[in-house]
Amino acid sequence: MRKGLTVCSRELSSYFNSPVAYIVIVVYLLICGWFFAANLFFDRQASLRGFFAMAPLMFVFFVPAISMGLLAEEQKHGTAELLFTYPVTSFAVIAGKYGAALVLMSLAVLLTFPYVLTIVSLGNPDLGALFSGYFGLLLMGAAFMAVGLWASSTVKNQLSAFILSFLVSFCLFIIDKFIAWMPPPLARVIGYFSIENHFKALSRGVIDSRDLVYYLSVIVFFFCWSLYNVQRRKWRG
Amino acid sequence: MITVTSLSKYYGRQAAVDDISFEVPKGQILGLLGPNGAGKSTTMRMLTGYLAPTSGSISVAGHDVLTESLAVRRAIGYLPENNPLYDDMNVLDHLQFVVRMREIPAAQVRERLRSVIDVCGLREVLEKSAGQISKGYRQRLGLAQAIIHDPPVLILDEPTSGLDPNQIGEIRQLIKTLGSEKTLILSTHILPEVQSTCDRILIMNRGKLVADGSPDELAARAGSEEIVRVLFKGQPAAGLEKLQAIPAVARVEELAVDEPGVTGMLVIGREGEAGDLRELVYEVVRDEGWPLLELYRQRLSLEDVFKQLTLGENVDEDDVRRVA
Ligand SMILES: Nc1ncnc2c1ncn2[C@@H]1O[C@H](COP(=O)(O)OP(=O)(O)OP(=O)(O)O)[C@@H](O)[C@H]1O
Ligand SMILES: [Mg+2]
Repeated sequence: MRKGLTVCSRELSSYFNSPVAYIVIVVYLLICGWFFAANLFFDRQASLRGFFAMAPLMFVFFVPAISMGLLAEEQKHGTAELLFTYPVTSFAVIAGKYGAALVLMSLAVLLTFPYVLTIVSLGNPDLGALFSGYFGLLLMGAAFMAVGLWASSTVKNQLSAFILSFLVSFCLFIIDKFIAWMPPPLARVIGYFSIENHFKALSRGVIDSRDLVYYLSVIVFFFCWSLYNVQRRKWRG
Repeated sequence: MITVTSLSKYYGRQAAVDDISFEVPKGQILGLLGPNGAGKSTTMRMLTGYLAPTSGSISVAGHDVLTESLAVRRAIGYLPENNPLYDDMNVLDHLQFVVRMREIPAAQVRERLRSVIDVCGLREVLEKSAGQISKGYRQRLGLAQAIIHDPPVLILDEPTSGLDPNQIGEIRQLIKTLGSEKTLILSTHILPEVQSTCDRILIMNRGKLVADGSPDELAARAGSEEIVRVLFKGQPAAGLEKLQAIPAVARVEELAVDEPGVTGMLVIGREGEAGDLRELVYEVVRDEGWPLLELYRQRLSLEDVFKQLTLGENVDEDDVRRVA
């Protein structure tokens, strides 16, 4: 596992050696700031509702930008041939890379805390909901990131990886918007797969184990699929 | 040290490596030779555990490449084709990354780093990013990451490709030094390279092994038919006729010579014919009274063997074209 951490720290240093990390964080904070401000000045409400409502859609755009290069770049530049001939398991490599992407994402999310402090000082929001909301945000982000990891393991080019993970994430995000037109049994199944549905309760301060199970399942599913993709490349060439 | 048994690799239905077997004893420097697409890189990728064989087995330092993959990878230092590196890291960080991936004990890290930086001559570029150093330095960094853990087995895929002649010389020297204590496999297109550095050569063509032996053995192998080149003053037509009349001669070809009155001939002996062809040719020239200017036996070079094995070309005609 030490080598998983080595992979993780290499990945993080490559994020911060290039403009990617800074651009992602700054743009994310600017857009979030705008939602806080809109809430505060137009609706005259010191709440996080607008921010939490927009969070899933924000992830649909931002997470693929973070995850797109994880494995695709290694394939494209041939460094996969170095990495996978060092004495390290594929699991450790993938976990390290996934971990690095999560660190960057969490950093962006946690840097919104100044906004939160402003709101706390201006009004008296439900602190329980605030913390469970942030917890849900990170969990949902991790689920989106697993989709991004999978996309990056599937194609060799990071732009394709971005588009693929954007599309899959967007589907997970959009499906419950059509529920109203569906027959109820189908609607219940589809509703279960909606990534946003599971976040709603968390953002209101309700921690339900079914939501946690959902996110963890998405993460495990796409993580294992990524691992499978990497292994299959070894056999197929 | 390395045992390869009935190894094959298929990409879809195309066989990139087709049922090859060989053994490499400890300490040998083995050159893997072959035209583009012969399957050299594919073989090396399977040896290092990067690709899994379609069938067959490989054992390195007593470990099976599939079931004990990590142990095999520990025993090997690998320089992949095109020398991929993390271009966004500087040279020292890159080496330190490899140190950690190679699980070098903390107590040895300084010593190993110093030694590899000295051996590969990287001291001047330690702070530069791997993407910005010259090709020669990149290649040295590639070698450095391959030897940093002092592995018993080294696998180098085209270690000198794209370098200028001076740097080729340096890298070749480095490889020779390394090869004195390690089992080493290198692939190349450059014939003088294997001739000067390798104990043994494997020639691959279209996924198959077509030759296996020391450079001298291989050069000798194709030389079963003798070729004598002769220059004398005299008429070409007469020369052709008289030389052709020697029973041990299979064929005579005229060479283009730009000295007036001088005739050049290439005399090709029958395969397996006893006796020295030079002597027979000399006797004819002497008997006819043609002043003899030059006479020598032409040796088939490793290059000819290579062409013969990988192209299936008629070497004699090729030779004529080259000499003329
Ligand atoms: N990933 C791949 N997918 C499909 N075919 C491949 C792949 N890699 C190699 N091949 C094919 O396998 C054959 C052997 O390729 P390989 O790279 O091993 O040759 P090589 O001897 O290293 O050639 P070169 O001297 O050009 O490096 C070639 O015909 C090549 O087209
Ligand atoms: Mg090759």
